[in-house]
Amino acid sequence: MIDVKHLSKSFGDHLVLDDISEHISPGEKVVVIGPSGSGKSTFLRCLNLLETPTSGSIIFNGQEITDPKIDINAIRRQMGMVFQHFNLFPNMTIRKNITLAPVQTKLMSQEEADDTATALLRRVNLEEKADAYPAQLSGGQKQRIAIVRSLAMKPQLMLFDEPTSALDPEMVGEVLAVMKELAEEGMTMVVVTHEMGFAREVGTRVLFMDGGKILEQNEPHTFFANPKQPRTIDFLSKVL
Amino acid sequence: MSFLEKFTLIFTNAKYLESMLTGLKMTLVISVGAAALGLVLGTIVALVGIAQSKNPLMKLPKLICAVYVTVIRGTPMALQLFIMAFVVFAIRGFPLEVTAIIAFGINSGAYVSENIRGGILSVDIGQTEAGRSLGLTAGATMRYIVIPQAVKNVIPSIGNELIALIKETSIVSMIGMYDLTAASKNLASGQNLANYLAPMTAAALFYLAIVYLLTFAVKKIEGRLRQSDRR
Ligand SMILES: Nc1ncnc2c1ncn2[C@@H]1O[C@H](COP(=O)(O)OP(=O)(O)O)[C@@H](O)[C@H]1O
Ligand SMILES: [Mg+2]
Repeated sequence: MIDVKHLSKSFGDHLVLDDISEHISPGEKVVVIGPSGSGKSTFLRCLNLLETPTSGSIIFNGQEITDPKIDINAIRRQMGMVFQHFNLFPNMTIRKNITLAPVQTKLMSQEEADDTATALLRRVNLEEKADAYPAQLSGGQKQRIAIVRSLAMKPQLMLFDEPTSALDPEMVGEVLAVMKELAEEGMTMVVVTHEMGFAREVGTRVLFMDGGKILEQNEPHTFFANPKQPRTIDFLSKVL
Repeated sequence: MSFLEKFTLIFTNAKYLESMLTGLKMTLVISVGAAALGLVLGTIVALVGIAQSKNPLMKLPKLICAVYVTVIRGTPMALQLFIMAFVVFAIRGFPLEVTAIIAFGINSGAYVSENIRGGILSVDIGQTEAGRSLGLTAGATMRYIVIPQAVKNVIPSIGNELIALIKETSIVSMIGMYDLTAASKNLASGQNLANYLAPMTAAALFYLAIVYLLTFAVKKIEGRLRQSDRR
């Protein structure tokens, strides 16, 4: 589904991603972990070109999306992204948050989008919030809305950048539950997180990033039971 | 005649009242026209200012806008008005109202553009990223997500800008126009009331009333836009 070839990214003369090559297959749930500042967010944001790679290429479903001639908006419609700070649109109702993109991109008529929004809200048990504004919701509710807002575009791939890091502890569970359900339905997911329980339970593969490189990766059980690199062992001893 | 008698006379004597109202009308015409021009101009200049500088086609417009804002903000309003009246539109029969509206509109646009630019930049970058990650174009993201939030942020400062504009129009008598301030000066003369305090007080009250109404309107609009903030 995604092929990353020799991806590098610098901010000024600060090399943040250092020649990363990686392949993500349909249906995979790739969990990215690593210390703060290791380049996890930058890697994720390069996948939907919120950051422009300095060099290297990214191929999505056979299309080279790093080609400047590509219609990046059409590509992004097929990838959802969930942010640490939700980024709901505060000036719109929840329903409008969900329907804006499908309607504006002509994926759906307003009626279809409204029906989709109702169905998605039902799925996360927030039907009664359709006409509320984001400011009226709790953090956990906001993040569940942010997830279904992305799903309204019917993406093939979902990117999550620390979706539970800004939440009060008691709200983490409700967001992880929605993500787990999504994973069970077969969604391809790339998740940056510090939730090691989620990585173990839901992940099909764990990537450990440090210093702009993917230092180590494995299937979760082996990864956590048997880390090989000293940096990985050190990191896991701090977070587990 | 006491102050109070002279003051009352301004509103009871038909000739005096008409004089004041003629001046008031001119003040309003210039203010409304300049405000409209300033808002349009300010919005355009702000959008050019924040447009991606990578596009080489945007370099010249960006430079023009930057020079415009710097020159207008760095020179006195009276001088700008003189240049418009005695140089640019020094054409016989050219209506002075139009000259004044253009001069004040251009001046106001420079300040408004700075307000709007600040308002747009104050919207969290995460809003733009969320819009773009959903596949919206840069234009649609700006129009549906960023601008509505920026407008909410800039309404108070735009209101202040309009208030400053209305008061600043009082210098148009310097190019021989008859506005509210000129009317009060006229009424103060020897052939009329032969008194400064009464007509000046009356004019002050008119200005205060306009500013008060505008402040009230801005508060109302602000309250409406804050609807989505309620918890
Ligand atoms: N827009 C930016 N401009 C400059 N430096 C940045 C920018 N974004 C990230 N960085 C730097 O890149 C490094 C990696 O950041 P990031 O990908 O956010 O790491 P992580 O998500 O793993 O914490 C950090 O040192 C950060 O300061
Ligand atoms: Mg990060």
